[in-house]
Amino acid sequence: MQDKLIARAKELLAEGKVQKVVGWKKGLFEDDITPAVFTTAEELDKDFVFNKYCKANLSKYLVKITREIEVAKSTTRMNNTMAKQRDPNAEDKPIPQAVVLVFLKPSDTYSFTQLLKENRITRGDVYAIGVPCQDTLDGGDVCENCKNKKPVSCDELIGIEADIEPVESARMAEVAKLEAMTADERDAFWKNEFSRCLRCNACRDICPACTCEKCVFDNNKLYTSQKVAETNFEESLFHIIRAWHVAGRCTDCGECSRVCPQHIPLYLLNRKFIKDINEIYGEYQAGSDMETKPAMLTFNAEGDPETTIVYDRSHDKEAE
Amino acid sequence: MIMSENKNWTPKIVAFCCNWCSYAGADLAGNNRLEYPGNVKIIRIPCSCRLNPLFILRAFQRGADGVILCGCHPGDCHYSTGNYFARRRMTLLFSMLDFLGIEKGRTRVEWCSAAEGVRFAGIMNDFVKQITELGECKKLEDVRCKTN
Repeated sequence: MQDKLIARAKELLAEGKVQKVVGWKKGLFEDDITPAVFTTAEELDKDFVFNKYCKANLSKYLVKITREIEVAKSTTRMNNTMAKQRDPNAEDKPIPQAVVLVFLKPSDTYSFTQLLKENRITRGDVYAIGVPCQDTLDGGDVCENCKNKKPVSCDELIGIEADIEPVESARMAEVAKLEAMTADERDAFWKNEFSRCLRCNACRDICPACTCEKCVFDNNKLYTSQKVAETNFEESLFHIIRAWHVAGRCTDCGECSRVCPQHIPLYLLNRKFIKDINEIYGEYQAGSDMETKPAMLTFNAEGDPETTIVYDRSHDKEAE
Repeated sequence: MIMSENKNWTPKIVAFCCNWCSYAGADLAGNNRLEYPGNVKIIRIPCSCRLNPLFILRAFQRGADGVILCGCHPGDCHYSTGNYFARRRMTLLFSMLDFLGIEKGRTRVEWCSAAEGVRFAGIMNDFVKQITELGECKKLEDVRCKTN
């Protein structure tokens, strides 16, 4: 598989179809793999790797890369216009064209589509190749309960079929289990989980849906990240708002829980929102296509229930 | 019922009222000398959909025991559609608070028009009663922000 991908990437580089390749790079150890940008065939031969440890979702890196490409283009256009003003006979400098090749696993393609939908990535600057999920060693809950998503928005597929039958997964089972507890049990469960939080902000930084330039959790005067929650209120606040800000846009790719050094089951918070949206406002999978409006950006004047539905449908034992 | 340790405790309630309906409704209640508890602190917002979920959490952090959002009746929004968005948002947020084990009933959304002064006073009386029964908010408190 790895050789196929390297061969195809080299081919596209040689043809001049792409100028950059976003992929996974070897680290010191076999399982120590980082996302990286490659520009030459030699680099690809030397460092490119694709194996079961390549779990990182590469779609978020495209936000910055495509923006750089677009900025370079518009700067040249502006310089050309200014040169024309000084000297009408000045020759136009060529607009720098660049395309970046990216390898996306099926679940990553959803994040990719969601970012395209939000205009965070310029589609023309990206050449996306869909690749299969490798047997991940410890993909965690997200891999176990994968919906076997079929790849979307790819220019090319290597090693996977475009039409994969979705499988039934029990991904909401754990959320339902928590919902069935009493409020105090849930409170204790989450206080315990959140108490381990280091506020390293890894969940926020890795999340393909978190692409704000300025984050509410950062100090807006010093541009520093806030670290170490001081009270359990701050821990809950961070996690509620983090999940809230991606509600309706979260594709359930599971990166937040994968990178969490304290193994906090963050996917449960995101899935709770997904479950609520599915149950109250109809089935919705973020990033499955370019047309469907995100659940939180639309409404149904007659059909939407009042907020009391939350308490009516809560499985809280205390209420009985 | 949770008994409060502090005997002098009275509930602190933050009411976010939309400028066009509920705030005017509160005005009407005042003009008509309708009584509702002084524990309710009203914050005027331009529209119910202006309410950032962070505001609600921040209110709890600063020691509120209950937060209520009042807006125009669905269909009557001054900006046509604001309260529909607010309704979706609050539904999801309340559901998440419930999921984290915060007692239900600490948060509420009510639609109240400018002509409904009586209803406004009624809602507030009812909500204060409900929060008094629930007691002090312990699950979402920030000890650093406690004044007493």
